Amino acid sequence: MRISLSIALTHLTSRVRPTLVSLGGVVLGVAFFLAVSSLMRGSEKDFLRRLIDNNPHITVYDEFRNPAVQPAQLRWPQGAVAVLHVKPHAEPRGIRGYRQKLDYIESLPGVRVAPVLTDSAVLLFAGHQQGVSLSGIVPAKMKTVTTLQEKMVEGSLDALSADPNGVVLGTGLAQKFNLRLGSTISVVTASGTSHALRVVGLFRTGNAAYDEGQVFVLLKRAQALLERPNRINRFVIQLEEATAARSVAAQIEAAGGYKAVSWVEASEDILSLLLVRNIIMYSVVSAILVVASFGIYNVLSTIVMEKTRDIAILKSMGFHARDVRSIFLLEGLIIGIVGSVVGLAAGACLMAALGQVALRPPGVTEVVHLPIWWGPEQFLLAAAFALLSCLMAAYLPARRASRVHPVDILRGAA
Amino acid sequence: MSAVLQAQNLSRRLGGDVPVTLVADVSLDIEAGEFVCIMGPSGSGKSSLLYLLGLLDVPDEGRILLAGQDTSGYGEDELADCRLQRLGYVFQFHFLLAEFTVRENVMLPMRRLGRLDAAQCLARAHELLERLGVADQAAKYPHQLSGGQRQRVAVARALANDPLVLLADEPTGNLDSASSANVRQILRDLTREMGKSVVAVTHDSGFAAAADRCVRIVDGRLADGIRA
Repeated sequence: MRISLSIALTHLTSRVRPTLVSLGGVVLGVAFFLAVSSLMRGSEKDFLRRLIDNNPHITVYDEFRNPAVQPAQLRWPQGAVAVLHVKPHAEPRGIRGYRQKLDYIESLPGVRVAPVLTDSAVLLFAGHQQGVSLSGIVPAKMKTVTTLQEKMVEGSLDALSADPNGVVLGTGLAQKFNLRLGSTISVVTASGTSHALRVVGLFRTGNAAYDEGQVFVLLKRAQALLERPNRINRFVIQLEEATAARSVAAQIEAAGGYKAVSWVEASEDILSLLLVRNIIMYSVVSAILVVASFGIYNVLSTIVMEKTRDIAILKSMGFHARDVRSIFLLEGLIIGIVGSVVGLAAGACLMAALGQVALRPPGVTEVVHLPIWWGPEQFLLAAAFALLSCLMAAYLPARRASRVHPVDILRGAA
Repeated sequence: MSAVLQAQNLSRRLGGDVPVTLVADVSLDIEAGEFVCIMGPSGSGKSSLLYLLGLLDVPDEGRILLAGQDTSGYGEDELADCRLQRLGYVFQFHFLLAEFTVRENVMLPMRRLGRLDAAQCLARAHELLERLGVADQAAKYPHQLSGGQRQRVAVARALANDPLVLLADEPTGNLDSASSANVRQILRDLTREMGKSVVAVTHDSGFAAAADRCVRIVDGRLADGIRA
């Protein structure tokens, strides 16, 4: 093996220019593979992060996935007579016994949960009125499951917990009603209850519908306003590991009975879209390396043709066919390894440079940076693919070299 | 003396549209320490016989015994191992590897065999180059040497793994008369001093004089054998 390696190295180093050209192909291929795939994966992660962070990983609703089974059906599952048009038992809306369920969900590992009571309400201020979604929250718990705290532009969620008559609303709504911190507005609910609330915080998410249509009050206040004491109708759950959402949701649904929807379930269409996008992206960036491998094939084929006599002499000396094959496979591998290492370094530089690019999308005030994902998988994938394409490019020349028959060559040369 | 290389009824034909007989029914014994010369007109099958004797080619009929071992039925790798350990080649063109120094060229077969460590390989390479009078060229590349020097390096490389038999295909075909005489002397000394057998294909009548035995081959058949 060592002798094959030193012959391989000698072949490559004695032909500097072709070696450098084929090496350049691999370096560029690896660098672009790395930069483009990390940019695409970065934007995917960024998109998912927005999707996941702005929405709960799991939401438990006060509904059931399947309608309740009627008592007659439970008693006689094989019964010959079916009772139709049975009116289901009416019960107050909301999650029953939410405190026990909250304790159970909190006991699961890596799970943060906040109880929420949401319903629609109408805001009244100086003759204007606006229908909004009113959510009763526990600020200390809500902070752990949403990015609401980070989106606050004035005031804070803590101010809400200190003020039982406080309300936190979006900047869009504040603008429409010309509200500031400390302003007072009235809220009317479907049950007819009306109450004056004081603005203690303003948030801005960038989503206009949310910023104009969402208000937060304390859970107790919401329960009083909506006349549903001790009830909530939603658990908002955030996980340490967002990818586990599906199984955790199933677990919670099995334990509590209420419908638990994971973000995976809620955004299946987007996830399949991302998968297709990744497949397209990897095919395109892989094509760069495939093209580079043609360069290697070309160089190695030339070496094999030029060195036919050397190969014949090595074989007459007692080199096996596999020794000769390994010489040329090693040449491909060396180009692959050196090209990968240099290419990964160049790709990392390219990624760092791309990460510096600051963009201001039209109509948006905040500056965004290109999302680059520095995941080690990208590096491994780029290197592995480069090595694979180099080996494949080297395989045909290596096979041809191993099949050289010394007598044919010696006869021709004599 | 015992025969180190025995050819028994060797035949070799080339297929194709017009079948060609290269070697027909040749039997030949090479004794240890013997200097044998194969002569004959161009296209008579000298080189083909040498390739068969050197286990580079496989006969269609007959068999070759190397140190008493029948090599018929050996696979490519086994034949390669025989060549590596027991045989050495010198060709008309030196066939040294251009990117390797003289020293490295001589070390190639040793490194492939892997019996000696790096230091021992180096020592043996120098010993061989010394013996052939080209030790001072060890660090040079083949293109920096004269034709005679290159051929002596090729002999050193052929001797690297201490073979039983040295096979030479027109070793002086490309050399001036002084270098030819030198290489001839070296080959002769190998048989006398180191007990190697040498089989050389040649056109050079000077060789015939130096050889212990000269066999003539005409149209692939042995014509006669003369012991010098």
